[in-house]
Amino acid sequence: MATSLQRRDHLGTIGARSGFLRNNYKVPPGLYCTGNPKKNSPVLVTANYKLSFDALRKELAVENCWLLVVDTRGINVWCAGGKGTFSAEEIAYQVQRADLAKIVNHRRLILPQLCANGVAIHKLKALCGFRGNFGPINAAAIPEYLKTGIANEQMRSVTFDLKERMVLIPLEVCMLWKQSIILCLFFFVLSGISRELFSLDLALQRGLIITTVTMLGIFSGAILTPLLLPWIPAKQFWLKGLITGVVVAGLYSTLTPPGLQPIDSIALALWLLSCSSYLAMNFTGSTVFTSLSGVEKEMRKGLIFQIVSALTALTLWLISAFL
Amino acid sequence: MKSMRYLKDTAILKLDVQKCIGCGNCELVCPHRVFKIIDAKAQIIDHNGCIECGACTTNCPVDAIYVNPDDGCGCATYIVNSWLQKIFSKKRSFLGG
Repeated sequence: MATSLQRRDHLGTIGARSGFLRNNYKVPPGLYCTGNPKKNSPVLVTANYKLSFDALRKELAVENCWLLVVDTRGINVWCAGGKGTFSAEEIAYQVQRADLAKIVNHRRLILPQLCANGVAIHKLKALCGFRGNFGPINAAAIPEYLKTGIANEQMRSVTFDLKERMVLIPLEVCMLWKQSIILCLFFFVLSGISRELFSLDLALQRGLIITTVTMLGIFSGAILTPLLLPWIPAKQFWLKGLITGVVVAGLYSTLTPPGLQPIDSIALALWLLSCSSYLAMNFTGSTVFTSLSGVEKEMRKGLIFQIVSALTALTLWLISAFL
Repeated sequence: MKSMRYLKDTAILKLDVQKCIGCGNCELVCPHRVFKIIDAKAQIIDHNGCIECGACTTNCPVDAIYVNPDDGCGCATYIVNSWLQKIFSKKRSFLGG
């Protein structure tokens, strides 16, 4: 197995990160190896998601290891643990399928710490005869862990720094292409409705404006908010999105195309705020520090604001053509 | 990770210290270092750090930890869909019977 990533692997990474054929980044489950593992070499367990597998194998360039890839349906370690596909039962199944007991002479598996939400380590031994040890969270810390056998507090804590947030952004944006196309068509129709029933001129002219503002909303909620996350003052994500939305709307208003009525400006601003707020709220699912209870709590307030604001925006936008 | 914190007093996390045998699994697996073993018993030292991932409860051999059991990735679209599903399935069961 190669431990350095080739051009093909990097292309695949771009695909996985942008959501191109999103459910198609599975690694065949089973036993792999790096270097020249012996009977006493360590066995590392991981998910069969391309990015999980790549992250691990590229850290093992100088190690002699066994790699047991379990079938998580192409989902990453943490989410698969949460959904129950990365479980003690699944590990036991793969251990038996690979006949691991005959391949190695020890009975230890090193598991990624983040599979702990799905893997009950105390059940492993009874299921397959192997004992599990939770290794560090990040694959980058594996070589040190293999040397010392210890993962320190830092290696056991999740982080969410700028770079970690940045790699998530393409997916946040690319997941929206379907909705964006539908919205564009809808705006085109909505913007054309006028006193003369339907005006193609207006549809194109006003449709383009509100589509641009939608893009700005996406930029604000799905790009700017994740990037600036820790520095935006507010704990709730729908408020964070609202704050960035206000700033973006403010900047846009200084460059608004001439000929817009005040009612149009209000409609556009409200629309931008709804988009930004919703998309920011949706980013909770990608972070590492939000809880389901918290997200549900903030959604009860956030959704009401977003729906009211969006409906008001669209109504004003429609009325404006008749004034 | 003390730099990024979510809502206070919201996460559902309960520890039954009576049941705890002090094995330390929860302290080990928690990605936000919420637990600490003090005097051979687990203690919640940072409740607001909890994200309800469920690692502690899955790995507690004596069921001493309770975490919000709702399965969810915590993203808004997913929650909206599950709310809609609940409403929709209720309606359907009305129609069905």
